[in-house]
Amino acid sequence: MSETVLEVDNVTLAFPISRSLMDVVHRRPGKVVRALNGVSLALQRGETLGVVGESGCGKSTLARSIVRLYPPTSGHVRHHGQDVFGGEAKKDRDYNRRVQMMFQDPFSSLNPRMTTGQILSEALRVHEMRPEAEIPARVAELLDLVRLPQDAAEKLPHEFSGGQRQRIAIARALAVEPEVLIADELVSALDVSVQAQVVNLLLELQDRLGLTILFVAHDLRLVRHVSNRVAVIYLGRIVEIGDSETLFSNPSHPYSQALLSAAPSLDPDDKGQAQHLSGELPSPLNVPPGCAFHQRCRFASARCKSDIPTLRSLPNRGEVACHHAEEISENA
Amino acid sequence: MNNPILEVQGLSTTFHRGGVTLPALRDVSFNVGKGEVLGLVGESGSGKSVTLRSVLGLARRYGEVTGQVRWQGQDLTGLSEREMRHIRGREIAMIFQEPMTSLNPLLTVGRQLTETLKAHTDLNRRARKDRAIEMLDLVGIPAAASRLSDYPHQFSGGMRQRVMIAIALAVGPQLLLADEPTTALDVTIQAQILDLILKLSQDMDMGVILVTHDLGVVAQTCDRVAVMYAGRIVEQGAVRQVLKGPRHPYTVGLMQSVPEGVAPRTQLYSVPGTPPSLAALPQGCAFAPRCAFVSGPCAAQRPELESVGEGRELACFHPVEALDGVASKAGAHPASSPHMTEESAA
Repeated sequence: MSETVLEVDNVTLAFPISRSLMDVVHRRPGKVVRALNGVSLALQRGETLGVVGESGCGKSTLARSIVRLYPPTSGHVRHHGQDVFGGEAKKDRDYNRRVQMMFQDPFSSLNPRMTTGQILSEALRVHEMRPEAEIPARVAELLDLVRLPQDAAEKLPHEFSGGQRQRIAIARALAVEPEVLIADELVSALDVSVQAQVVNLLLELQDRLGLTILFVAHDLRLVRHVSNRVAVIYLGRIVEIGDSETLFSNPSHPYSQALLSAAPSLDPDDKGQAQHLSGELPSPLNVPPGCAFHQRCRFASARCKSDIPTLRSLPNRGEVACHHAEEISENA
Repeated sequence: MNNPILEVQGLSTTFHRGGVTLPALRDVSFNVGKGEVLGLVGESGSGKSVTLRSVLGLARRYGEVTGQVRWQGQDLTGLSEREMRHIRGREIAMIFQEPMTSLNPLLTVGRQLTETLKAHTDLNRRARKDRAIEMLDLVGIPAAASRLSDYPHQFSGGMRQRVMIAIALAVGPQLLLADEPTTALDVTIQAQILDLILKLSQDMDMGVILVTHDLGVVAQTCDRVAVMYAGRIVEQGAVRQVLKGPRHPYTVGLMQSVPEGVAPRTQLYSVPGTPPSLAALPQGCAFAPRCAFVSGPCAAQRPELESVGEGRELACFHPVEALDGVASKAGAHPASSPHMTEESAA
């Protein structure tokens, strides 16, 4: 059995919205955005876990609460068995170093007034990764690692293209020798061919450095390509999680099925074949009772409206949170 | 092809910025037929959006537009701004990429819808309101009548894009220019919006030019496709032909960089290098520095877009033979081996 590096245990996260004057006047309780409603998952050493779902489903919130940007309302995030919230400052800093996040927008995630060299050496200095004298050599090594030319160290972020900026972001994350990378829509802002270059680099570095990656993205083809396992999130809850190939070739949850069939096929002969989901993601301000997906689900029954389905293992499949998973997969 | 409603001939758009000349569009020609959906694909900066803006006369305020845009027998490039206003919105409508920023946040959706109707039709107030409700209903907004008095922020992204479509189509244009209408949306919503555009174009017999960078969207929505690179069309033809047997090396590269039908977690194909800067375009074929089939004439001479039969056009001296499609091509040529993905960007 492989080693669990990071464990997310039943994490819920609710952001209270400040009560408006009208709410106070009408004595209405304050509203709460339920971003995560009990997410549990475990990252094994060296694997890539893909996280997919529509915008607003909680993918990024999950990524951010793993890197301690948002403390969860309840539940735990554990790193090698140690709770990452509520530790001592020194341990916290060590965790921050070992779990690194990379953001979506390469145009706003780098300080525009710092050169690449400064960005990289700051990370090295803050975490005391190298003695001062060795820092320039390490910067050169990092640029080499992400295949940027050496003169890049002297340049400012605006002198680079989007793909190159994401390389800088990767180099910055790798500067502190992390064991886990959290990639939140790392390549979504890039063109396909540049996307391919960055993904290739990520896969190669993962093999070379034995990194564990949480890959959050909405591009299903890409997630299928890079992931060993995939989690499908709907309204702050994992509805299906399992081996990437099994899940993509044979999705069990009706939502996973709908999500996969919505991705346009490259084959023009499939035109007009796909069945499309109607309706939209309900607001996390007002999460439906029971299975959050029941309003859009064509298999929904009375039970779905009241009982929240929990994740359970299916034979030859991953884990699925659906009351009707068996019938659905039999009919498929 | 049936009678084209829009004929674009030799359209070139040049911007001048601080003494630098940027040829954003060079000699672009294409037609759009009635009820036909034409896809424009290419990487960022290839000139897709500038094409739409040049057709609609929005680019000429910022740059120099030459060539012909024949709309129902009339050349739009010669029209005054005043004359153009009668066509823009009424006969040719446009929807933009960002449903968040292209609606006026201070006006209700109903006001924005009826505004178009007021400008372009002689319907009276009541009729305009009825038409507005009818349009919101048509684009699938539930309880349309009660939502006229809502502001854009009260709608979700997908719903806002529906409102945009409703506004664009309210007057019944014959041509819709759609600039990445679904890029900002989720796949499930994207599928709904594309279905809607497709259905409306069929029902209203309206031509559509759909700009996108997603080849899947092209495959599922368009009748014909034009692939653009550095301001030119490099390959054009029926969607089935082009996607099943791409012949321009750039189209081939674009198709191959999509992670589909590739073994998981292997290196993806990527066209080596980066697109040229508009300020320093190569003299010959703009794709030559990145092309695996490059030879003498490619660097010196520009290949013209020429017909290769069956309504297909190609601008390449060494087109890929489309015998067995991309797959066999991928195995046969060194261009597609993974080591070619080695960078580049430097």
